[in-house]
Amino acid sequence: MTNPSSVGIVTAQKAVFDQPIALSSGVTLPRYELMYETYGTLNENRSNAILICHALSGHHHVAGRYEETDKNPGWWDNMIGPGKPIDTNRFFVIGLNNLGGCHGSTGPSSIDPETGTPYGSRFPLVLVRDWVETQARLADMLGIHQFAAVIGGSLGGMQALRWTITYPQRVRHALVIASAPKLTAQNIAFNDVARQAILTDPDFHGGDFYAHNTVPRRGLRLARMLGHITYLSDDGMGEKFGRLLRSGEYRYSYEVEFEIESYLRYQGDKFSDMFDANTYLLMTKALDYFDPARHYGGNLAVALKDALAKFLVISFTSDWRFAPERSREIVKALLDARKHVSYAEIESAHGHDAFLMEDAPYHNIMRAYMNRVAAEVSA
Amino acid sequence: MNNLTLRPDLRNVADWIDPNASVLDLGCGDGSLLSWLSSHKRVQGYGVEIDVDSVTACVEKNVDVIQTDLESGLGTFEDNTFDYVVLSLTIQAMHNIENILVEMLRVGRTGIVTFPNFGYWENRWQLALGRMPVSETIPYQWYNTPNIHLCTIYDFGVLLNKLGMKATGQVVMHQDQKVLFLPNLRGSLALMRFDKA
Repeated sequence: MTNPSSVGIVTAQKAVFDQPIALSSGVTLPRYELMYETYGTLNENRSNAILICHALSGHHHVAGRYEETDKNPGWWDNMIGPGKPIDTNRFFVIGLNNLGGCHGSTGPSSIDPETGTPYGSRFPLVLVRDWVETQARLADMLGIHQFAAVIGGSLGGMQALRWTITYPQRVRHALVIASAPKLTAQNIAFNDVARQAILTDPDFHGGDFYAHNTVPRRGLRLARMLGHITYLSDDGMGEKFGRLLRSGEYRYSYEVEFEIESYLRYQGDKFSDMFDANTYLLMTKALDYFDPARHYGGNLAVALKDALAKFLVISFTSDWRFAPERSREIVKALLDARKHVSYAEIESAHGHDAFLMEDAPYHNIMRAYMNRVAAEVSA
Repeated sequence: MNNLTLRPDLRNVADWIDPNASVLDLGCGDGSLLSWLSSHKRVQGYGVEIDVDSVTACVEKNVDVIQTDLESGLGTFEDNTFDYVVLSLTIQAMHNIENILVEMLRVGRTGIVTFPNFGYWENRWQLALGRMPVSETIPYQWYNTPNIHLCTIYDFGVLLNKLGMKATGQVVMHQDQKVLFLPNLRGSLALMRFDKA
């Protein structure tokens, strides 16, 4: 049962880097590994490479399946594949798990070769600019000097934006989706509540829970439940769950009664079984710290002055965690800096999660833009 | 490319725009004007559109476009950014006419507005017969029209004066031809170019 619009069966690969990396926090990692996957074929002049940057809970498994029987494909399978908006017949697409992740790349749950035990609390904080640096090294390793496009949603969009500032020559197009030039106080506040849930879980053990053969499941579960609420819209949630009761009547107890409670707990449980608490903390801090204008007097247009990329910025009307206003700040800075930029504000009831959903107007504009990219790099 | 032919009214707008100029095209539709200007006059610019399918059509044409509701103003654009700001066949459907004209000359040096001329004789004739006009450039019935601010060429000139602006060019057309004699009576489509007075 081969689906012609799927990249099909894929295999993850591991890249090993022995050259130390000095991180923004001041810590140097002597050695690290990154998990990645590729789809499509790199053309002869190596001009058709696309980098997909993942968001908070994402990873390198972006499209396809490891086995025919896998229940779910990669996290952006509806966007990437033969004939899809990011067309693997034309582009060579790379997905990776960022440094600090928990899907095989070096992160807090990895074994520290110096001690033979998981890094845990000793793993340094990693910033978006550090990720861009490691991604650039991965590109070097794969022989890619310039990406046809760097693409990401949410925290992934921040990486795309950072690429155009740090490596102007290495990115032709940046697609910044449901993202922000920096988090607002409210957004940081949500992240901190999530962190507090984890940090105050007695099973967290200061980040070194691995040695105690436990995980801070309750904290991670709460963090995810909170996050999930903010990724959906009030209307979307109302449409899907309303006030539906599981048993049809009030039980006068604190057990699960409303469908939304059941849904959130299920999401929280599922997540806490598969995600590392330290990685969650690290990712939320990377979000909080992101502010490329910070070293340019708070002026994003100045920060983007030397960018050579062309931009597509997309937001979703019901996204309140990364609201259209934040995307418009990016657009304004790009206009002020006289960059090539197009901006679409897609009608959607799906909140922040809309960037992962299949939606005709959204996919149409992605397709149109990527056709343009393909024509430019003769893919 | 598909930009070899341009709608005659847009062609006349294009004639007003100098090579290498910067242009903001408000209500740019599928981006035809900017696409044509880019390939024929090396013009740089952005389109502004509210409709997502039109935004996609612009992207297909390699035209930079910002999806925005013009009624909310041009706050995304700084003062004196463009040589020309174009608003074609949109003003008659907008709420705040004065604001958009002022905004056009805030962000740009020269404004170009095109609109259906309510003074066209066929409109006058239908009114004389006691009916709301339905004509080539105003093709709607009164109960389903998006047009809420129709005016004549004369009226538009009066408004420019009131706002401290002056017309620097005028082309009046009917059925893709320029109308030189009695334009406010014989022309159904007006193109006005204006600067600060």
